[in-house]
Amino acid sequence: MPTSAPVLEVEDLAVTFSRKGETPTRAVDGVSFSVAPGETIGLVGESGCGKSVTSLAVMGLLPPRGVRVSGSVRLDGQELIGASDRMLRRLRGADMAMVFQDPLSSLNPTLAIGTQVTEVLLEHRDLDRKQASAEAVDLLDRVGIPDPGRRLKEYPHQLSGGMRQRALIAMALACSPRLLIADEPTTALDVTIQAQILELLRELVVGSGTALVMITHDLGVVAGLCDRVHVMYAGKIIESAERHELFARPRHPYTGGLLHSVPRLDAGRGARLTPIRGSARDTIPWSQGCAFAPRCDNAEDDCLGDTVPLEVDPAYGTDRELRCRHPLQPARVGAGTSGAGVARAATGGSGATASGPGR
Amino acid sequence: MSAVPTPAAEGAPRSAPLLRVSDLQVHFPIKRGLFFDRTVGHVRAVDGVSLAIDRGSTYGLVGESGCGKSTLGRAVLRLVEPTAGRVDFDGTDVASLSGESLRKMRRRMQMVFQDPMGSLDPRQDVESLLTEPLRAHGLGGGRKELADRVGQLLDAVGLPAAARRRYPHEFSGGQRQRIGIARAVALEPDLLIADEPVSALDVSVQAQVLNLLEELQERLDLTYLVIAHDLAVVRHISDVVGVMYLGSLVEQAPADALYDEPLHPYTRALMSAVPVPDPVVEQRRERILLAGDLPSPADPPSGCRFHTRCPWRQETRCDDEVPVLRELGAGHWVSCHWAEEIRDGVLAPKSAEEVAATQGVSVRAGAGALAETDALVQGVDQPIERT
Repeated sequence: MPTSAPVLEVEDLAVTFSRKGETPTRAVDGVSFSVAPGETIGLVGESGCGKSVTSLAVMGLLPPRGVRVSGSVRLDGQELIGASDRMLRRLRGADMAMVFQDPLSSLNPTLAIGTQVTEVLLEHRDLDRKQASAEAVDLLDRVGIPDPGRRLKEYPHQLSGGMRQRALIAMALACSPRLLIADEPTTALDVTIQAQILELLRELVVGSGTALVMITHDLGVVAGLCDRVHVMYAGKIIESAERHELFARPRHPYTGGLLHSVPRLDAGRGARLTPIRGSARDTIPWSQGCAFAPRCDNAEDDCLGDTVPLEVDPAYGTDRELRCRHPLQPARVGAGTSGAGVARAATGGSGATASGPGR
Repeated sequence: MSAVPTPAAEGAPRSAPLLRVSDLQVHFPIKRGLFFDRTVGHVRAVDGVSLAIDRGSTYGLVGESGCGKSTLGRAVLRLVEPTAGRVDFDGTDVASLSGESLRKMRRRMQMVFQDPMGSLDPRQDVESLLTEPLRAHGLGGGRKELADRVGQLLDAVGLPAAARRRYPHEFSGGQRQRIGIARAVALEPDLLIADEPVSALDVSVQAQVLNLLEELQERLDLTYLVIAHDLAVVRHISDVVGVMYLGSLVEQAPADALYDEPLHPYTRALMSAVPVPDPVVEQRRERILLAGDLPSPADPPSGCRFHTRCPWRQETRCDDEVPVLRELGAGHWVSCHWAEEIRDGVLAPKSAEEVAATQGVSVRAGAGALAETDALVQGVDQPIERT
């Protein structure tokens, strides 16, 4: 495991959205993690858990109005929260870069691919147009776009989804950033293309020592790519562990629930899935207890009342952190969850009975 | 395309299948020109597919976007007109129906859509949404009966009775999909076509909807055609799985047989590409990376349509001879000239780089000339422009 100084350190990051006349929403709440060079970490969670807002806050891409960001984000020791726009603009694209989910909406449809790739190079590297365009050809070639010279003259709509995502990755890599954040980079793509893109990202991390933050809801992607995984729920990290540990022995009931609710390609037909009750809407504020408690099969009275802290998992030494007072016991994980879970799933259905559809 | 054998027809002679699709083709014209619509070609969205679905069973149709799986589902319901071929539902040729008789037939075939928000009218409350199909078909009787029926339906899909006065936006994605399902089963159909029923939902909720579909199948004796891109979902829910590539079925088998021993190179590649949520499995398994993107269905490759990307392509037959579906195991159909040799390990796969080199395309992307039609490829899953 990499022992060198981390590229990115996030400490106690919190993001609050406020609008006039509405109670402020805390989308990210006390998130801390770090990434070392050549390391890949995964931020995993379902929609609304705050994983994307975390990445936008790191990149300094949240709008200034109506958003309060607190905590600390350090890139190579340099503080980014509160940094000037000028400095952030110098760092973005050069030292840190981001790949978004939907390549069509993150490329400018009115500019040729070449213009968009060379723009980054002209901005951050001391190149003239000719050198930049030669470099762009080289970049497209590196990410596996065929006939890159011709592609540079084409527009985003002329490329297929997989190629657009490659072009976006090429732009992100243009200045060999120290940190790459990939926000659901393969969600919009077909599986065979997804495999190609993941392979490409894997090669990049190994080849250049870039620190990669992978944001995804897909546990399969995490299992194949990430060294360390942070599971998020309702704005907080609820469990973090090395990936083998996490998948072999999930401790938080939410993590375990996620693993048991996805059908696996290598599981036989007929095995009934164990869904998590309710939906991500059925939550309570962290200040009043564990946000997952309303959906949790392990929940007891002491899960409510005060914030459950993220602590070193007593059962597994310093490398695992857990935010749960009644974690899954390793023996229970495989067999136990099916029984109780199924019974509730059958009667409770969507969990609507517990909370009602509006709230 | 030549007639493809209807797989289940030659299987064990059980009772007649509920749905039989024979050599179905759906072609969409490509129009060019400002004043005169010239037809310059056709997108062969579905190009000669035959399949049969037994009563009470689930047929899973998988493939990547643009392979024609959604169009096939729509053509079965005649939401798009098939260009050629035949769809028999419970012994009746669906194409022969029109007007009132078609409407009556549609009562027995219902569809569940991918995006529940897009398929439910935001201005109708749940009661109105659920009684609309009943009223349209003159079922359900008076006010009292309709109200009772709504109660039963909500109960069947696991929504609280209080939901009937609420509107779609008040529900979460999973609950909305339950409403979509309740609406589809309201007419007590025989066949339910579910097009990507869970792909718009959060992972923790997907399982709820999959379990609900299974539960309803048992309770209401439904027959399902499940269309999905997610192989794990399809494996979980299906009895028989068909794999589509560029408008044709390339392989069809009982679910477990298909996943235990995929015979078609495309199926193998597809399965090796699906990430499994288990790091140990992920490290162990071999990955077959395919060269390039899906070719354009407007100009499909000659011979075997997969030959431009196939790691097992041979010098003979693959390029110029269209493979037909052949039965290699019990109910296991595959359309590959070299399926036996590949299965027995006589032929070794080439790497994506080698395939790309022989085909003159780059490793990871499709032939350049096809870029123009890429938009079309991707457009096929969208609501279809009909002309």
